[in-house]
Amino acid sequence: MELLVASAVGILTAAGVYLILRRRSFPVILGLSLLTYAVNVFLFATGRLVTGAPPILNKYKEVAYTDPLPQALVLTAIVISFGMTAVVVMIALGAYLSSRDDGTAMPVEADGAEEEA
Amino acid sequence: MMEHLLIAPVVLPALVAPFIIMVLRHHLDLQRIFSLASAVLLAGITLALAAQAADGTVKVYELGDWPAPFGIVLVLDRLSAMMIVLTSLLALPVLLYAIGSGWDTRGSNFHALFQFQLMGIMGAFLTGDAFNLFVFFEVLLIASYGLMIHSGGTRRFHAGVQYVVFNLLGSTLFLFALGTLYAVTGTLNMADLAVKVAQIPAEDTALLRVGAVMLLLVFAIKASLLPLHFWLPSAYANAPMPVAALFAIMTKVGAYSILRIYTLVFGPEVEATAGLTEAWLLPAALLTLGAGAIGVLGSKKLGRLAAFGAIASMGTLLIAVSLFTQTAAAAALYYLVHSTLAAALLFLVADLVMERQGQWILPQLPMPQTGLISALFFAAAIALAGMPPLSGFLGKLLVLDATRGADLAPWIWGVILLGSLVTIIGMARAGSLLFWKGHGLESEEPATSEAPPVDTLPAKPAQLPFVACFGLLGGLVALTVFAGPATRYAEATAAQLYAPAAYIDTVLGRTAE
Repeated sequence: MELLVASAVGILTAAGVYLILRRRSFPVILGLSLLTYAVNVFLFATGRLVTGAPPILNKYKEVAYTDPLPQALVLTAIVISFGMTAVVVMIALGAYLSSRDDGTAMPVEADGAEEEA
Repeated sequence: MMEHLLIAPVVLPALVAPFIIMVLRHHLDLQRIFSLASAVLLAGITLALAAQAADGTVKVYELGDWPAPFGIVLVLDRLSAMMIVLTSLLALPVLLYAIGSGWDTRGSNFHALFQFQLMGIMGAFLTGDAFNLFVFFEVLLIASYGLMIHSGGTRRFHAGVQYVVFNLLGSTLFLFALGTLYAVTGTLNMADLAVKVAQIPAEDTALLRVGAVMLLLVFAIKASLLPLHFWLPSAYANAPMPVAALFAIMTKVGAYSILRIYTLVFGPEVEATAGLTEAWLLPAALLTLGAGAIGVLGSKKLGRLAAFGAIASMGTLLIAVSLFTQTAAAAALYYLVHSTLAAALLFLVADLVMERQGQWILPQLPMPQTGLISALFFAAAIALAGMPPLSGFLGKLLVLDATRGADLAPWIWGVILLGSLVTIIGMARAGSLLFWKGHGLESEEPATSEAPPVDTLPAKPAQLPFVACFGLLGGLVALTVFAGPATRYAEATAAQLYAPAAYIDTVLGRTAE
């Protein structure tokens, strides 16, 4: 299972980084969401991987348990990254609709002299 | 009751902002009144908190009354107190300016976003928990995304996309760093982290070092350290200038976090991470200053000029921070206050010019109130470049003095002094083009010269923007006049930073035993 989780994080991160280096905002946003998936799985694994154990300590007997804190962290991270993705999609849409250009570079502009009134 | 005052800087804007959105959505006047009242109240609260922290006590506020390593804590020490006071004192003139210049009418929800931004910044300065720091970073960033694209426009949207993507990458890296640290230490409370990091055996620290460096990279992105500064110029230059003035504190959040984490958790005496950061943080800071100064010299637009000025001042600040000594930290803190106020002033003055003449640095016909504005530009330029009358000079002097013993001292002195010179030349070039060359120009179109010049003036020149600018300038003058008390406070703060035992004991509740 460790191998599976580790390679999932690795592949998601690699794909995310590759997509972020594209020049259009749509792949970049896809890459960002892949990266947030990667980090969510990674955070989940930081409490060590345990299968079939409750996230609760039992003070009457020794039981296997899984660390509950990373789960709480992951929930927070998921909510934040979800909201952030919505924001960046809206801003990218605004940029695209106002210039008909989906590139992430700044639009070329005329030099100052003639523009000013 | 009084112990709950500590959370008030976070709660107050968190209540005012939704109230503005939900109740006052259609009442601009009321929005302004509530926003201003909140900012004034915040200033009062933060000053009261600073008075509590001034004697060197560390105050802890346990959220939900959960004790420290398990619950989230807010911690008030001298450094946090100084930063929140600075934030609230910066927010007030910026808000006045935004109201006076009408920026808040050019899009919706300016005041609500402004309050959310304040909430995020205050929380980031007060929190004593690393994951909570991430959450407050996100709060201030989400608000800043909204403020950055306030009033729209193609270039602003495109710059906004770059800004958001860059910062989302930073946030992802932050989570990776926190996950790594949690995997190694099993805690995210900063004080508890400090204890646990010191206990980790030396041969077992590879993962910890990775986490520490990733965390530093995140803060370096926020602080616009050189290879990671690319988001700043176009974001700040294309943001509404009053918003950019508020953003002057945002880069300082990065500097604050470096100071906090790398004195408390990965302090200079921690073997596991010793020598990890000093080797490259200082050269990067030197390069930051150099790049900022050259950018000031090469800027064709006023917004970019101010943005590169901010980068240059961050460079000077990070040089002092990256030495990780107590005297350098004291100098850094004094310079931090100065550079925040000076950068904000420059952004506001840039907006005064841009409202009248547009954004290009070109000779143009004299504008209304040109005398007053050029005087303000002059003051802001000498403040940011670090020329004698204002506090920038004292701040740079303190930084230079603190770096005397360092290995790279000749480099530091050379870069700071040369950088100042280049900044002065850049500012002087921009100022003379903007304010002096215009007097030689003849009006090209006879039509405009026939019209009486009175008609081209706004019906009633707004007073409030000038009040705001002079308020910031007054802050700089006060920082110069009261440099003695200010440096004493900075030295006390640095001393507290480099003696983290009191902080750790108070947070973990060990003093009661």
